[in-house]
Amino acid sequence: MTARSNLEQILNDGRFAVTAEIGPPKGADPQKIQNKAILLRGYADAFNVTDNQTAVVRMSSFAGCCLLHQMNMEPILQMTCRDKNRIALQSEILGASALDIRNVLCLTGDHQSFGNHPCAKGVYDIDSIQLIQIIKQMRDDGLFQNGEVIPAGKPIMFIGAAANPYSEPYELTIDRLEKKILAGADFIQTQSVFNVDHFLGWMDDVRSRGLDKKTHILAGVTPLKSKKMTERMKYHVPGVDVPDEIEQRMNNASDEKKEGYDIALDTMKQLKVVKGVHGVHITALFWEEITPVLVKESGLHPR
Amino acid sequence: MIVTRQKSFEDILKQVDKGPAFLIGCSECATLCHTGGEEEIIQMKMNLEQKKIIVTGWIVLDPACHLQNNKRLLKTHHDELLQAKKIIVFACGNGIQTVRELAQDADVITGTETLFLGEIKHTNEFEKRCIQCGECVVDNYSGLCPVSRCPKSMLNGPCGGAKNGCCEVDEELECIWDLVYKQLKSKGRLAQLKTIQKPKDWQKATQTRRIVNHDRSQQP
Repeated sequence: MTARSNLEQILNDGRFAVTAEIGPPKGADPQKIQNKAILLRGYADAFNVTDNQTAVVRMSSFAGCCLLHQMNMEPILQMTCRDKNRIALQSEILGASALDIRNVLCLTGDHQSFGNHPCAKGVYDIDSIQLIQIIKQMRDDGLFQNGEVIPAGKPIMFIGAAANPYSEPYELTIDRLEKKILAGADFIQTQSVFNVDHFLGWMDDVRSRGLDKKTHILAGVTPLKSKKMTERMKYHVPGVDVPDEIEQRMNNASDEKKEGYDIALDTMKQLKVVKGVHGVHITALFWEEITPVLVKESGLHPR
Repeated sequence: MIVTRQKSFEDILKQVDKGPAFLIGCSECATLCHTGGEEEIIQMKMNLEQKKIIVTGWIVLDPACHLQNNKRLLKTHHDELLQAKKIIVFACGNGIQTVRELAQDADVITGTETLFLGEIKHTNEFEKRCIQCGECVVDNYSGLCPVSRCPKSMLNGPCGGAKNGCCEVDEELECIWDLVYKQLKSKGRLAQLKTIQKPKDWQKATQTRRIVNHDRSQQP
């Protein structure tokens, strides 16, 4: 079968994939995202454009993906169930496919109470697993969620989902991954890995269930930029596990940025050799310029 | 039970304007929530009178959402209602509108905010339990409802943000998925969570606006 996207091609070939996140601007200026894109061009196989991450209003993922596509960079459309119902989500999939956006990451979305419009009504018509299933059904069977035939062109899409090895209860993290794969997730991007030991144990459980053979798992990496960011990630971002040891390393560091970078590089090197991990997903929050260095020094360049 | 919270006295005063007012409570939910029982209605009467607002009378309907019953109960207060320019209702959003159907010239105003359908956990402590989705799913989750108790209404597992069994959106509340997990695990039925639950039919909640129970209404 021919690949639907560059990312799929790389993963199908058994090559180690690199994806990187590009956060759209809090505004309408296309230059902002184009500048980030220029910085990252050639350092990842595909680029996630976030969908109003942490429920803060930004330029849409869809628009960001179009801007990247115009620059011949492959986007990954992020879609959350927080702001759109099944009508809007399916419509967006059709539109994305029409505009050659061929990767999608299905998320339920950060709750609106964490964002800058906490009074907004969350939609949550469906959840991420149902979204994966709907897109798969549109793509493979040519049917809308309601069972009607799509009369004017099935969407072409490489379907992704998120997984969090650090969530509670632990047992359900594997079950939920399995459900996402059953629903139709072709690739998985995990929560950022800071606690490598825990991640290795999780991957053991993933492999023991044979799940690494049924999807492509890309492990998340986030370079810590400062002590402040470390503290925020450790204590205030739900579902993130920053071990005490890493917090201490950041606190004792004379050069916080360098320490954060070293930790990330070390993490990348460890993740590269984990059996069943088919790539890394780099989320350099407000620090996109570090991504090329990280990719180069971990031996993943050129792409 | 329908859980309500009384509006602030300042907000009520603004709506009451100069009065005179007639006060209506409800014998059911609003009594249990201490927002519209006899005690609260009498207290409200005193508070309004201190502000020189005439209260022409009061009643605790049994319950406020029963239209035909209200007609009968309000008859004995006919004159007091006629003298009032404002009828303040301390019941749920339903009770207020049922009273509204029977009001004549007076403005019907609300003394409460209606919050949710919930349980009385302890005296004066209430927790949401149902959003009336019209398609009950609790059997899939060991008798617990993620539709109403998960802020994202997730049907296929937890969001991943819970910490120590508490919800990421409100740390005072248990993550419903943590409870579901523990319940099913203790019963050895965790495997039932592996079934992918399909999208809900929300029209059952949003478009069911009237039901007539023909079988029962034809009974003598």
